[in-house]
Amino acid sequence: MNERTLRKAAEQSPLGRSAPSAPDTPDAPDTPDAPEPFVLHGRKVVGGVVEGEALVSQETISGWGGIDPAAGTVIERRHELFGVCFTGKILVFPGAKGSSGWSGFFQTTRLMGTAPLGMIFTVNTTKSALGAVVTRVPALTDLDRDPVAAIRTGDWLRLDADAGTVEVTPRGAAPGPKV
Amino acid sequence: MRLTDDEKAMLDGAEGPAVAAAMDLLVRYGEALDAERLCDTRNVAGTTTQPSPAKARLVAEGGWNRAFSVLSLDSDETLDIPDMKVPTCQLQQGFGPDSVGIAPYPREFVELQTQAEAFAGRRGVNILATCTPYQVGNLPVRGEHCAWMESSAVVYCNSVLGARTNCEGGASTGAASLTGKIPYWGNHCPENRFGTHLVRVEERVTSFLDWGLLGYFTGDLVQEGRPVVTGDLDRPDLVDLKHFGAASASSGGVEMYHIPGVTPEAPSLKEAFGGRRVPEPLVYGAAERRAVYETLNNQGTRTDVDFVLLGCPHASVDQIRAAARALEGRRLHSGTQLWIMAPRALKDVADRSGYTAVIEAAGGRVLVDSCPAMSRSAPPGTRVFATDSAKQAHYLPAILGIEAWFGTLEDCIDAAVTGRWGGELR
Repeated sequence: MNERTLRKAAEQSPLGRSAPSAPDTPDAPDTPDAPEPFVLHGRKVVGGVVEGEALVSQETISGWGGIDPAAGTVIERRHELFGVCFTGKILVFPGAKGSSGWSGFFQTTRLMGTAPLGMIFTVNTTKSALGAVVTRVPALTDLDRDPVAAIRTGDWLRLDADAGTVEVTPRGAAPGPKV
Repeated sequence: MRLTDDEKAMLDGAEGPAVAAAMDLLVRYGEALDAERLCDTRNVAGTTTQPSPAKARLVAEGGWNRAFSVLSLDSDETLDIPDMKVPTCQLQQGFGPDSVGIAPYPREFVELQTQAEAFAGRRGVNILATCTPYQVGNLPVRGEHCAWMESSAVVYCNSVLGARTNCEGGASTGAASLTGKIPYWGNHCPENRFGTHLVRVEERVTSFLDWGLLGYFTGDLVQEGRPVVTGDLDRPDLVDLKHFGAASASSGGVEMYHIPGVTPEAPSLKEAFGGRRVPEPLVYGAAERRAVYETLNNQGTRTDVDFVLLGCPHASVDQIRAAARALEGRRLHSGTQLWIMAPRALKDVADRSGYTAVIEAAGGRVLVDSCPAMSRSAPPGTRVFATDSAKQAHYLPAILGIEAWFGTLEDCIDAAVTGRWGGELR
């Protein structure tokens, strides 16, 4: 019943979806056969250093109507992370979408103890910037490679927002990238 | 970020701890945006009154000062909240006392919100309680720097009024209300206000429904872009553009658009793009119109309608009158309810003009302050709803798990009277 997706209009349209208007991002790196640790560089949104596991979303994330702050889960039915908990994970996503309540919902995850450990996003907007500030977790944007393409769920990250770096140890790789 | 002397003084506590906390939040937020500076604003539209479980807990812990400090200033300390420094209004909120006995909504939230209104009102927050502040006394002038929340109001403010606001949040509007400052970034900067996409309309756009379809089409294609819409368009009015913008900010994240010859920053196509190259057009023709209509109506199979919702964004007086005319001498189906959402100030006008009486005689309601999406509340047992709003058709099925039909006001009133959906694209 509720299976309509935003994409449907584009699929049904003879035009299809146009190129996104977001700023250009570098091409994704090829996935190496034997994953090697690597480092991405970006701009600090909120300072701090954390280490933890990546949770990557290829789709933008909604606050209001998109997450349940009490559970720390994505609740948007058609979302690839539907039902997945982001608490204690470094959330890697293209950007924020939807209502201006975005920041308030992520602020509430902090108050409820369900917040992500850090945030890395491709495109920064007022929603994601204020959201990261009031969630009070280290956050990076404007990276030299699109983080959503470069990082995979389960990769181990050391996010040093003050230095503007994220050290990525791909799942299954030998430990410890050298910086 | 560069701070002026008055901003530094506020940060250092010259105007008290709450203002210092507000300035601290604005500095953190401005740096997160990579903004170079703040700008002055004397027009804030935010939200402090809407109840939530987290807010109820904070109020129980430390009263309204605590809730405002934590949620609206992102402060850990409970601060005494002074008067708003600049004109500030409350946007839409939860259901109010008029909904009791009609909407299934917690009574304790109605009471909590009434307390919140008293706290905020004493400090100079105008309780407009609507997603359309521009309809009821907050009409920014061209070029005015604003700090507004609510995506449908933000896109109206930038595009139709030519005022300047980003899509702000609860903490940034809270901080702006106590400082009169907001980061100078994004839509505040003239160079970020030109068009990015061209939409060429080849199937004539004439009606309220058409403007919603075109808005939903446009937002889906341009996402966060700034579309310039040209072609076979009838001249829109406030209600048409309210629908267009809300739809484009639902399927996408449009905060600014231009319609050359209609919106103030686009006297011509060339000026809409700031003299830059005009891109290849995205074409909206008969096939695209049909596809968007079918997308919005691809959310259900049952034609028995339990609930009809009008007034998203909040209805104008003319929309309330149109509903009253369509209901004159008719009676709602026994299994169907009709709610029309409006700003309270405009419901007063509708009451006075006799429109509400006609709607209520037919069995319908005019409700204020909120909407079913904000309050997550529809008539008990609702499985299928119908609306004339593309935005509500977009959000409500996901929020309440119900089926949806989208059509004209007349289609919706017919569904309310017959209990059956019979709308089709004409």
